[in-house]
Amino acid sequence: MIRIENVAKSFTLHNQGSAVIPVMSNAAFSVAPGECVALTGNSGAGKSTLMRMIYGNYLTASGTIMIGETDVATAEPREIIALRRNTLGYVSQFLRVVPRVSTLDVVADPLLAVGVPLDVARTRARALLTRLNIPETLWGLSPTTFSGGEQQRVNIARGFAHDYPALLLDEPTASLDATNRDTVLRLIEEAKGRGAAIVGIFHDAPARHRVADREVDISTFTPKVAA
Amino acid sequence: MTPLLSVRDLRKTYGPRVGCTDVSFDLYPGEVMGIVGESGSGKSTLLSCLAGHLDPDEGTVVYDTRDRGRVDTRSMSEPARRMLGRTDWAFVHQNPRDGLRMSVSAGGNVGERLMAVGARHYGDIRDSALDWLGRVEIEADRIDDRPRAFSGGMQQRLQIARNLVTGPRLVFMDEPTGGLDVSVQARLLDLMRGLVREMGLSAIIVTHDLAVVRLLADRLMVMKSGQVVEAGLTDQVLDDPQHAYTQLLVSSVLQV
Repeated sequence: MIRIENVAKSFTLHNQGSAVIPVMSNAAFSVAPGECVALTGNSGAGKSTLMRMIYGNYLTASGTIMIGETDVATAEPREIIALRRNTLGYVSQFLRVVPRVSTLDVVADPLLAVGVPLDVARTRARALLTRLNIPETLWGLSPTTFSGGEQQRVNIARGFAHDYPALLLDEPTASLDATNRDTVLRLIEEAKGRGAAIVGIFHDAPARHRVADREVDISTFTPKVAA
Repeated sequence: MTPLLSVRDLRKTYGPRVGCTDVSFDLYPGEVMGIVGESGSGKSTLLSCLAGHLDPDEGTVVYDTRDRGRVDTRSMSEPARRMLGRTDWAFVHQNPRDGLRMSVSAGGNVGERLMAVGARHYGDIRDSALDWLGRVEIEADRIDDRPRAFSGGMQQRLQIARNLVTGPRLVFMDEPTGGLDVSVQARLLDLMRGLVREMGLSAIIVTHDLAVVRLLADRLMVMKSGQVVEAGLTDQVLDDPQHAYTQLLVSSVLQV
């Protein structure tokens, strides 16, 4: 489902003396449907960078990133938009929403985008918010004022609303208590059960061991400083 | 899929000064494109050329019309282009006073666009006007008030209602949230996003507010000195900018 070959990336900081920072070279791995691959490596090794490249958020300098039939490295913006709408979900560490939109609608939004009727989308959103212990009194409010843990859970509910065939999870269990953490891990297991290909970053080692089938060490893709 | 709007090698100069040059892009149905850049970078000139308010010196602006297929709007007759501007296109000005008739009631402002495309039944026109005032969150009992008596945010919402009542397919917006305070901006953004999705609109939004484009636009073009220096997916351009100017622009935003 996800196939990464020969991927390289560097950042050029034009306004800071045109410093060029190579961050990745020869990255390669693949994820089959129903499989969860955990990216590992120290902070700064490039885990989030690679994840953002897979999502099309960061440009890929060379190589291919195939999600189904689409090569994210060379796709047109509208192809990536379609890919994100139908195929590729992403749970980031930050919630970014239009102010004033209710939590229920924030979670239902990805379903509406793929053409699910409003009542069905809201029912699914209610079920997810209930599972993730967001009190019903908050559903009508915008999540912009929520606590960090609540925002994180709203973000997860949103990411799992539509059954994406491929999912990217950036620290989905960070800042969650034991009960909610367990719920999130169960959501991941269910997603694997229905055949989703998942790439995740988990600093929480027990969580990683529970859901990940394989680990890919990103530091092997980090360019070595020339001696 | 056929692009709704195809622009090739567009160039507009003001005497020796370049307004915009070498602009090419395709806009597909349902897409929202943002154009950002500092003051004087050519954003508004480009928008005016696209909307037919200015005649570019070179280049083509091909629009996929409902009845005649793809037509270069520059070769259209003036009446045909004006008809397009009243029906299929909409233009939301930065200053609502430029897009509204200030001495005509709110209901009249919305109704006028309908009458321009042939609506004649007063009751129906008033009902449409009421419906649209409701959609942009203006109280029904304000329908007979003049825009002069409205706040800036209400005027802007009224301008949007007036523009969208004829069911356009392409909306041009020039700094639609400029000059509004942030709480009103949020309300307007939420409203515009809802309308874009419900009506399947395509839109081109000129702004210098990067937060606005992040929330509204699928794609982004960055302009400097009349030229497009970078284009791509909105979050990609903002999070991984490639051009020196875009990097400067993104890093200059003040954090709240």
